[in-house]
Amino acid sequence: MTDLLRTQNLKVYYGQNEAVKGIDLNFAENSVTALIGPSGCGKSTFLRSLNRMNDEIADARQTGNIWIGDQDINAPGTDVTVLRQKIGMVWQRPNPFYKSIYDNIAFGPKYHGIRNKKELDRIVEESLRKAALWDEVKDRLSSSALSLSGGQQQRLCIARALSVNPSILLLDEPASALDPVSTSKIEELITELKQSLTIAIVTHNMQQAARVSDYTAYFYLGTLMEYGKTEIMFTNPTKPNTQEYISGRFG
Amino acid sequence: MSAKPDQPYLLRKHKTEEWIGRGYTTICVMFLIVIIISIVYFVASKGITTFTKDGVSVSEFLFGTRWSPDDNHFGAFPFIYGSFLTSLLAAAIASPLSICAALFMTEIVPTWGKKLLQPVIELLAGIPSVVYGFIGLSILVPVLRDTFPGQGIGVAAGAIVLSIMILPTITSIATDALSSLPRNLKEASYGLGSTRWQTIKGVVLPTVMPSILTGVVLGMARAFGEALAVQMVIGNAPHVPSSLFESASTLTSVITLNMSNTVMGTAQNNALWSMALILLLMTFVFIFVVRLLERRHRL
Repeated sequence: MTDLLRTQNLKVYYGQNEAVKGIDLNFAENSVTALIGPSGCGKSTFLRSLNRMNDEIADARQTGNIWIGDQDINAPGTDVTVLRQKIGMVWQRPNPFYKSIYDNIAFGPKYHGIRNKKELDRIVEESLRKAALWDEVKDRLSSSALSLSGGQQQRLCIARALSVNPSILLLDEPASALDPVSTSKIEELITELKQSLTIAIVTHNMQQAARVSDYTAYFYLGTLMEYGKTEIMFTNPTKPNTQEYISGRFG
Repeated sequence: MSAKPDQPYLLRKHKTEEWIGRGYTTICVMFLIVIIISIVYFVASKGITTFTKDGVSVSEFLFGTRWSPDDNHFGAFPFIYGSFLTSLLAAAIASPLSICAALFMTEIVPTWGKKLLQPVIELLAGIPSVVYGFIGLSILVPVLRDTFPGQGIGVAAGAIVLSIMILPTITSIATDALSSLPRNLKEASYGLGSTRWQTIKGVVLPTVMPSILTGVVLGMARAFGEALAVQMVIGNAPHVPSSLFESASTLTSVITLNMSNTVMGTAQNNALWSMALILLLMTFVFIFVVRLLERRHRL
């Protein structure tokens, strides 16, 4: 297996505060890496740095390298609009645009130059199918995305992220605002999607991390405490701190 | 906490306080309602006499173009037309400027943009209208006179002065709307690889458009009701202007100019009340439109 995405000494600062303190992490291709750790440990910040989303925060800056293959996407001069097509993102709260279901999905492809209606139709259907939402919404593509339930909205957001054909997907606690049924649908979807994508997921839910991920990275106070295959991390972690967090003794 | 056993401690205390508070606020609200109802009643009863007592037909008043009180012609169309024309033009000039200013403050340079522009906007809102009128008369009118045909005073001068006066209204409402937009909605767009401009055009503006339109309507309402500044630069000729650089009148300017020269109870005075009634009705229309936009936004 080749390493598609890896970080090297990645540091993120908010003003003077160093939130992520030099992380080296490799994301295995076509697998799910769970980022876990107590609140404020820098896992979400780390995730957001991977598609340069921290650029949109005024006083945030990041140093170090983020490699995709042999390209450093953290280098100055990187076109973040191209980068973000490669690395999709899904947020904690479903954030569909105040538009129709169809327009939510077609938004990205349209701005990347696809004008052909047939081609857009195909992308919309394909993305919705991949996100396991097509059957539920195919008869009402023109109704508002806000008319969907929370779980459907989140799958719509996943479909939207897939619409620009990324090879990496970043999920920031994608199920924490959802009910158990919707959560399990999202989890099934993640397992499905890793066939063709590399996925990084931040989660506070240990069972979820154990269920969906192949690798687990445990963050603590801005550092990577421990990393390994999920079944080993959850059964036999090497560090006592990891052991305590995973078994729910703090965090 | 030593409640006496014979006195149940769950019994409601503070009964009188609550009663007084409730009574006081109710009286305040009633007072406001009574004032509003009496104003509406007074203006309406006065305004209607033009049609009931003085025998002017409603259609002549609304669509007649001849205003000459001495021989009993009360066509107020030129003023109604003037009011609509100046306030629509003012909104058309001010809206793009305001929306761009609001975008600058919230999206382009949120760091210092707001710090710089906010006081400017507040200052603009605080300048008295007579000052606007005076500046318009002594700077804008000569410029218009030298560049365009006509006297300088007229519809264009009125609309420009009004547009500057309503800039703060539209800008501050648009700014509030833009800054209340959830950040993760913008990030969703950035996350798909959109540029900032695409995000503003595709997500930010369409999402807050109803609120921005609310600002535009409120700005228009303000322009519609403004009297003094317009009166100083519009020329006050009682006819329908054939060009933007021709002298005209608005409902408000006619009322302020003539109110003190007419005798209570005469037909001319009543006609002025009818115009006031039209202004009042227009205010209701503006409020209604704003409500409608807000309701649409909530969906």
